[in-house]
Formats: sequence, C-alpha cells, structure tokens
Amino acid sequence: MKPAPFDYVAPASLEEAVGAMATGGGDAKVLAGGQSLIPMLALRLARPTLLVDINRLPGLDGIREASGLLEIGALVRQRALERWAATRSPLFAEVLRHVAHPPIRNRGTVVGNVVHADPASELPAVLLCLEGVVVARGPRGERMIPADRFYRAPLTTALGPDELATAVRFTLPPPEAGWGFAEVSRRHGDFALVGAVAVVTRGPDGAVSRVRLAFFGAGGTPMRALAAEQALAGQPATPALLGEAARAAAAALSPDADIHATVAYRRQVAGTLAERTLTAALARCGGAR
Amino acid sequence: MGAKYFGASVKRKEDPRYLRGEGRFVDDLKLPGMLHAAFVRSPYAHARITGIRTEAAKRLPGVAHVFTFADLERWMKPLPLFGAIPPGLSARIPVMMRQIGQLALCRDEARHVGEIVAMVLASSRALAEDGCELVEVDYEPLPVLADVIAAAQPDAPALYPEWGDNIALSFKAGFGDVEAALRQADARVRERFVIPRYVGMPIETRGVVAQWDARDGALTTWNGTQVVHFVQQGLVAALGLPPHKIRVIAPDVGGGFGTKANGYAEDLLIPAAAIASRRPVKWTEDRREHMMGSAHARAQVHDIEIAARRDGTMLAVRDRIWVDLGAYNSWGIVLPYNTVAHLLGPHRVPNLDVECLGVVTTKTPNAPYRGAGRPETVFAMDRIVDCLARELSMDPAELRRKNYLTEADMPYELHIPYRDGNPLVYDSGDFQAGLEAALTAVDYPALRAEQARLRVQGIHRGIGLSGYVEGTAIGPYEGATVRLDPSGHAVVATGACCQGQGHETSFAQIAADALGIPLDWVTVVGGDTAAIPFGVGTFASRSAVNAGSSIHEASGRVKEKIVAAAAALLEAAPSDIEVADGAVAVRGAPGSVTPLATVIRAAIPTFAKPGVTALDFEATVYHHQPTVTYTSAVHVAVVDVDAGTGAVALRRYLVAHDCGKVINPVIVEGQIHGGVAQGVGGGLLEEMVYDEQAQLMTGTFMDYLVPTAMELPDIETVHLEYPSPRNPLGVKGIGEGGAISPPAAIANAVEDALAPFGVRVTRTPLGPSVVLGLLGRA
Amino acid sequence: MTRTIRVTVNGQEHERAVEVRATLADFLREDLDLTGTHVGCEHGVCGACTVLLDGEPVRACLVLAVQADGQRITTIEGVAPADGLHPIQEAFWAKHGLQCGYCTPGIIMSASAFLRERPAPSREEIREMLAGHLCRCTGYHFIVEAIEAAAQALAPPTPRPTSPRE
Repeated sequence: MKPAPFDYVAPASLEEAVGAMATGGGDAKVLAGGQSLIPMLALRLARPTLLVDINRLPGLDGIREASGLLEIGALVRQRALERWAATRSPLFAEVLRHVAHPPIRNRGTVVGNVVHADPASELPAVLLCLEGVVVARGPRGERMIPADRFYRAPLTTALGPDELATAVRFTLPPPEAGWGFAEVSRRHGDFALVGAVAVVTRGPDGAVSRVRLAFFGAGGTPMRALAAEQALAGQPATPALLGEAARAAAAALSPDADIHATVAYRRQVAGTLAERTLTAALARCGGAR
Repeated sequence: MGAKYFGASVKRKEDPRYLRGEGRFVDDLKLPGMLHAAFVRSPYAHARITGIRTEAAKRLPGVAHVFTFADLERWMKPLPLFGAIPPGLSARIPVMMRQIGQLALCRDEARHVGEIVAMVLASSRALAEDGCELVEVDYEPLPVLADVIAAAQPDAPALYPEWGDNIALSFKAGFGDVEAALRQADARVRERFVIPRYVGMPIETRGVVAQWDARDGALTTWNGTQVVHFVQQGLVAALGLPPHKIRVIAPDVGGGFGTKANGYAEDLLIPAAAIASRRPVKWTEDRREHMMGSAHARAQVHDIEIAARRDGTMLAVRDRIWVDLGAYNSWGIVLPYNTVAHLLGPHRVPNLDVECLGVVTTKTPNAPYRGAGRPETVFAMDRIVDCLARELSMDPAELRRKNYLTEADMPYELHIPYRDGNPLVYDSGDFQAGLEAALTAVDYPALRAEQARLRVQGIHRGIGLSGYVEGTAIGPYEGATVRLDPSGHAVVATGACCQGQGHETSFAQIAADALGIPLDWVTVVGGDTAAIPFGVGTFASRSAVNAGSSIHEASGRVKEKIVAAAAALLEAAPSDIEVADGAVAVRGAPGSVTPLATVIRAAIPTFAKPGVTALDFEATVYHHQPTVTYTSAVHVAVVDVDAGTGAVALRRYLVAHDCGKVINPVIVEGQIHGGVAQGVGGGLLEEMVYDEQAQLMTGTFMDYLVPTAMELPDIETVHLEYPSPRNPLGVKGIGEGGAISPPAAIANAVEDALAPFGVRVTRTPLGPSVVLGLLGRA
Repeated sequence: MTRTIRVTVNGQEHERAVEVRATLADFLREDLDLTGTHVGCEHGVCGACTVLLDGEPVRACLVLAVQADGQRITTIEGVAPADGLHPIQEAFWAKHGLQCGYCTPGIIMSASAFLRERPAPSREEIREMLAGHLCRCTGYHFIVEAIEAAAQALAPPTPRPTSPRE
C-alpha cells in the first residue's frame, strides 16, 4: 500500500506554510503528526498533490495554561499533553489514554486529531464539551472558530482549504467541577463505538449548577446535549433526573450504523454512558456539601 | 534411548536471530535487478471481463511489464486442487463433489472481490501500484452470491452454469436410527448456529520472490508457504520443468496457521513473471490484498438437534450443515468432512445423522485455518449441549460428565470413517478425566458460588465449557534425511516447514537424543525442496508426529552406523558401544572415550587401507502415518458481561488438554496460548464481513479486529498425558487445539451470564452491539 | 520527487536521497538494508514496524522518511551489544516470548522505552503497553512474562539491608 505521488514542502515560517496551502489550490494537505493522514495516503483514499509539512514551524509546540484557558499549539504531540495532564488534568489524562496507543500518541498531534474530525474521536468531543476554540491561520489572517461551529460532517470542518490550525484552546473546568468520561470500544485504543464526556459543577446547595455533556461516535460530528444540559441546570442531582436527562439526550441523537454497531445500539448506549459520566462527574465535584 | 532433551523446555535455538532482527523473511530478500510486482484485482464480486487495455500502464516510466492472461497463457494451468476423496472414504460414504481449478489470472470472469486480473512489474512497488491504476478493465457485473443459504437454493444463479446449481459437494453420514431415538427422547432441542467467516491473519503477509537461472535452466523461488513441495508440484505442472529444476524455499515465515498452506495464484505468477521478464521478481502482499486475496475460513451454518433422556443421557444428534466455500472448491472433502468427523467429539452418542452441503459463493475461497472445521463443529455441538442442559435444568458440567467417554472406552470406534478413509477410532485419552481436571483446576463450585454472589450485586458473570477430540497429524507421510558432517555435527533435512512452531529446536531435541550428540550440534533444515525430494508440509498439527517420527527413525539408523564404525575402530562389540555427548566409548572402559569426529575420520579411506566401515553416516526415512492420533481438551471461559453496554470481558481462560508425550513443554504451552488467542478472536472480535453485493467491508485492521493483550487474560493450562500408540514417540499434534474451543466456551459463558434474561446465543463474534441486541436493547 | 536526508541510525550517520512518499520503514529496509524492522500493515495498527525516533517509539510506517531528516533513530539492530543480547532480548528468549519472530522487534523497541519510563510495571500496565502490538502466535502470555522478567533484570540491584553492627 504505497501512496500516490505527491509533492512535498517543509516551510520554515507560518507565512510560507499558508502560502503553500494557497498554491495547493485545495489539493494541499497539512502534514503534522501524520497518524491519520499517512494511512489514508497509503490506502490511496487521500491523494493530495502537495503535502505541507509544518513540523519545522517555530513556536507551535507550547502548552500554555492561563486564566482558565489551556492553549495547545499545533505541534504538541498527544503524548506531550498526556504527560502534562498526568499531574494537572485527570480528565485529559483519562481521555488521552483512550487515543490509540503510545507510539501513535508520540507522533500524533492534539490539534491534528481535533481537526481530522473523525466522528468517533475523543478529542473533538472534549473540545465541544469544554467550549473550545480552534485558532486558524489563512491568507486573510487569523480567526477563532468556536467548537460548536467547527464540526460540519465526518472528516469535514469549518477550516478552509487554504487554512491551517495553529492551536486549539480549551476552557478548563473550574477546580471544583467534576468530570466524567466513558466510551465503548471493541478493543482498548480503538475508535469508540460511542462515548460521552461530561463536566458538572454543583452549587452550594448541592444542586447542579452547570452541565456540559458531549457525545462522540453517535453521529457525523460530536454533539452537545444542549437540551439535557438546560434541563439539568439548577436541578437537584438525583439519579432519576440524571437518568431521564441522559435518555432524553440520547433520544435526540442520529447515529449511524456500521459493521460494528447498529443505530439502536449507539443511541441506547449513548444514554447509558451519559448517565454514567454525569454520575461520575457529580461524584467528583469538589464544591458540594 | 537416553532421553536427555526430549521432554525438556530447552531455549529455542532459532531465537537469537529473531531477537536481533536478523531473520530472513521473504520481503528481506534483495536480488540484483529485481522487479517488483503489483496486481490489478477485481473490484467486483462477480463480473465478466470484456476488455483490458494496458498501454497507458506500460508507458509509465519505471514500469517494465504488464501481463494479462493472454501474455502468460502458456503457463496458465489451473491451480492445484486439494481434498480428493480417499478410496476408503468414498467406499463407505457416497459423496457428490465438483471442483474447478482457479486460474492464476482471470481469463474472462472474476468470481470474487480481489481476484487477479493483471500483473504490473516495475522498478519499485510504488511505481507498480501507480501502473496498476493505469490499467483499464471493462467489467460487466454478473449476479452475486453473498449468502450461503440463498446460494444453496435451486433457483439461485449458478456461479458455474455447467453445474446448474451452486452445490459443490454434498454427502450424508451417520449411524444408528436417529428418527427412532428422537421419538423416544424425553427432551429434544434444536437450534441454528452461524459460525462467521474469520481467518488466520498472520502478522507477516504472503510473499514470493522468484529467479530464473538461464544457464542452469532452473527456477528458484522463495515463498512464505507452509507447503514447499505442494508449491513445487504446482510449478512442475504449470512450467513443464522436472522437479529438480524447481527449488522452492520457505525462509523464515511470520506465522502460517493454514492461511499459507494453499495453492495460490501468486505462487505461479511470480515465477512466470521471472521467466517472462528474465529478471528476478518480488511480490510482497500488502494487508489490504491479504484481506481479500488470502484464504478465508470457517463460515458455516449448522441446523442441529439433540435428543436425550430426562437424566441427561444423550441419544441422538442430527445436524444439517452448510459450508460457505467461496468462489472455488479448492479443498474438496477436507473442511466438510472434518466438520462431520469431529461433531460428536468426546460425547457418547449412539445415533448420528448428518447432511453436509458445500456451497460456492462469490467470495474469497475458504481453506483450512487452525482447526479446519473443528471449531465450527464444536461450536454447534457445545452450544446445543448447553441448550439441552438448560432444557433439562442440569448444570452444563454435569451434563457433560454424564456423557463424556473415558479411558475404559478406548479404543472407541465411531461408525463413520475418518477423512483419510480409515476407520475413525479414538486411540487414547480420557475425556472425563480432562473434564474433571479442568473443573478442579478452575474450582468450578467456587466459580458458581461467586457467580451467584455477583449476580445479587447486578454483575453478570458467566462460565462456559467446551470440549473437543481432535484427529491430529494426518499422514500419509513426512520424511527426514539425517547426515553427519566430518566433525560429527548433524544436519536434519525434513519436508516440514516452520512458521514459528520451533522446529529447529524440538526436532533437534529428537535427533540429539537419538544420535547421542549435544543439542547445539544439530541443525534442522526445513522448507527447502532441494534438501529433501519428497514432502508434504506443516499443517493439520502433523509435524511433530510425521516429521518427528521420521527424524527419530533416521537418527536411529545413523546412530547404528556410528556404532558400527566405533566398534570397528575400538575393536569392541557393537552392543558394548555407547554414544553420548558427541563421543563414543566402550562400556566399562572410561579410557576408551573417543570423539565422534575421530570415529568418522577412521571411516575415510587412505592410501594404505579402506576405512574401518563404509564412509556413510547418513540415513533417509519416510515415516508412514496411515491415520491420525487423537488429542482432547476441555476449555473453561469466565466472562463478565456489562448489560448496559453489551461489552464482554474475558476474565479467565483455562485449558486442560492431552497431547500425548511432550517434546518441549514450553513450546507446547505457547502453541496452546496462540491457538486460544485466535479462538478468542473468533468468539469476540473477528469477522470478515461481506455486504449484499458480496463487497468485502473489512479491508484493514481498523475493521478486522485481532485481539490484543488487553482482550486476553493469562491463559492457564493443565497437562494430561495419554501417549499415542500410533507412532514411536508417543506424541500427538498440538498446533491447532487451542483454537478449537474458545468460541464455544465464550458463547456458552455469555449465555450463562445472561441466563436471567433468557438469552440464546446463536452466533459469534459477540461484540457489544450483538450482545445488547440479544438483550433486546439494540 | 526526491529529497536528501541526513539521519543517524543506531549511532551511524547516513545521507541519502529518498522519494518523498517513502516511509521511514521503507527507507530503513530498502536503503539501509536494516530489515529487522518489519512491515505488517502499513496503516499503523499492528506495531511490527515500531522503532525509536529520538528515543520515543513510533510507527515507522507512519513517518515519512523525509520527516526523519536530522533525527536519531534506533532500530532492533541497535539494541544488542556487540557481543550477546540486551537483557530485554535475553528475557524474551528465556520466557519463550516469541514464536515466528515477526512482531518481536517492534515489541522490543516499545518495551525498551516503556521500561525506561516504568521500571517496575504491573502486569496490567504491561498489557496496556502491549495493546499497541498485534501478535498472532503467542497469545501474549509469555510476552507479558518476558517483559516482567526484563524489568527485574534491568532494575538496579537493591542494596543489602545493613545489620545493627555496621
């Protein structure tokens, strides 16, 4: 399985990279980690005429946390974020444990995974759940694309053909918030059949004050369960209410079928995982009585 | 015999090169001027080919040749067929069978996705693939046969119009009076079980390198095959050369499992390309090609019924079997009859009635894979036995206990022949004892008690059993030439081929013991038709028995020659000569110790006199093995099922088995572990999926799911030993056994875990979506 | 299209022109004749091609050769000392942690990095690391034992407890 021929350029500056994407005329692809792109090249499912290798660009390998925002540059490897998260973010540590395997995470980038937009990927759902932003650079300059406008369809985002993502930003949950993450995959490290990620804060009275719940593997893009989030806000955190909200959230999904799971399976288990992640998130809340 | 090495877990002699990355696999070979091959493969499951245009491909810089059927027609004899019905079998069981040999290149019709239409040779594999994209083929789609039951219907479109239907094989077998037994039974249970299509999937794909030597008029081909002599025979027939002008070498091979024991198109196409192009040619199969072009396996449907008395005594089994053969019936009687012969396994059942249909479909051909019909038949039998247990409100262990044969029953005759045409007689073993050993080792009562405790907590734990009897080491022969060099070191050449089973060590153990020399003085050479002219190969768990016996006997004859020479040199009686650790001595005379090299040198003629004996320290033996020898095992699987997600976690897996005498215990354990892992894959993860257009949906490792270390627990093994009476070493075959029972044990465990929900498991793999579907939630 | 790259492999520097579409696996095997790195799938799942890139395990089939320019690579051929075997290799040999040997180099490369980071792993942690490597022969059981034994062999010797008199 050898790729079809392509041209290759490894620019030394962001301007050069943007210029190269523009000359590609829609047929250029960014090469960062390559862990999603290179298999597609090998299978000849992707046939770009030009690869723009951004690995030499300076200043894109930073992990910066400031004022509740976590900014991750385009060349930060998944493994680097995993190591950072080991002492700073149990949520990211747990999520990244499920992304493929260490040799893939040593090369694959966080931003690359986020913009590859595989519907069954974990990080896009986390971006949505944490109300993140993709920082894009193109010929017309830089723009921020909020997560809820970023994902359009499987493998399709709001990034233009001449744009590249230089960073992603996540809004970190406040320290007293709890998180939950669960997925079902057929083997450890595989793409999820379906998954959910939740972040919850409780008010001083113990009721739910804020909920963010997102699904992956349950449709063409990751999905926020906005209606369920609103229904739970301000409510007492009873198992019955959580279960009801989880089931309602799942019922609103339009998952796909494939050889690994039926539509009904994905919808049913989305609900189960939503319940489990909301429950776990509540248990992890630090601000409750 | 002086068994210093036999029975010892000696470290493997072949390991250092593998550990250092210094193995020699087919893709490691580089020959000067080598061209790389890639293939244009049919994207249709069934299509007429009405035109092929290759000019654009030929013009691509780097492309040296493009070949279609017409270009290579002089060599395009049909590929080898296997599984002819032995006379002993056809005399007792009438079999309708039709076989049509596949052509290495499609002439005017493609019959499965992946069948080869054209070959491109170029200076690199990448350029060859570029060339393939430029070959233009006109396809006219024809009706597809995607489902075995539908294809078996008389009104289904016939894949081979001259046949009129798609039944390539059919026969009935049995004994006793099943109808009467069914009428008298207190309990009857019937169910239809589907064993999916799943495959060997070695980590090394196939590969062929070929080189034509014009000066010698000889072909050398390196091929990751399990059957070098079969490949040689196929090339002899196609190329019209005598065998000694065709050398087939299997170098280091990265796993076989039966998948590499076939007569493949590429085995012929690459040599033909080397001859036609006058350049060495290499082809390395890529994984996507492997999924569609290397043999598939399993893929059976069983409609099975069992009848019993209220106390659990089994009275009769009736089974209607469909085998999905894929597009070519290349393996004849083998898989269907293996299935039938192994159905009853360790159970005492006085009445049997089976009907078996082999049906062609427009899919990749079906060929033997680790177990070769036995995993399928054991799935049907162990599942229906558990269904019967539920019907009778009996514990599945108790029901088996009631019906398993014991040592007192041996030899036990089943009144149908074995596949080799000889009577099917279990020669040794105690299946009850195996069951007890498994249940004791796993502490079955404690498992049941814990299951009950966990159930109260809402945790769904299940325990599943499966037991098999396996005819191993099918003959009819294998050979060995044992030859000493001037230093007394031995070269053992055998027709057996190795793909990781440790032949270089276990065969050396046999030879070293029989010769009386150190283990590291023995070099084993397998998988080379130039090393020994006749051979069968490694599959069907046959090499320890067949090759091992011939190595043992040939080594014994060489030792006799050593003894004769030593006796002459030391002027002693042959009966007083001892050979040990590479030296000879006269018994009772410690000062007489003489190195083997000295003895050999004494046999060399000088100007003064002839040698003390003939200068001959060599022997060839072809061991005749008319029929198989029987192993048995009981497997226990313990699972936890998450009723919310359908996920099945395998918590424990235990095997209690008999494989006769054991040459190298740790190698035997490794074989069991590997077989179990593949069986677990079949139970939980693996399936080759075709859609209604017979398009292959599982094309990469993203979709065909091989189990990893996280899906498997430690594998516990308990050894029993009932030596085989059918070969001088008392050994039996162990290569396949581990793969036979896991799907059945796991399916039984899952059904057991979900017993409160009244679930019935009828197919594998038991992925989460399937399990949740069984619970009515998906 | 070709590019010239300079790489250090197992301590030795090489300068070669490579096709830009060639993978690091192809480059090691074809251009440098280091055939110990095996190719099993070319889409990053089986792990047979795992090598160390600047000390970290990566899939050589998912790195373009041009991307390795200027970097240090260790392959299986760089693991054993001049004489004998590395302790990890010894442990695999002692524990029957290989059968056909095809997946073995990739696993040894991953294990060497893993044991540096996790010198005293549990069997569960070993299995999680191994999940990135497909093996069809062994069922993984003896591989887990081999890596456990390798960890013990690589651990620094524990100091003897001092007696009250010392």
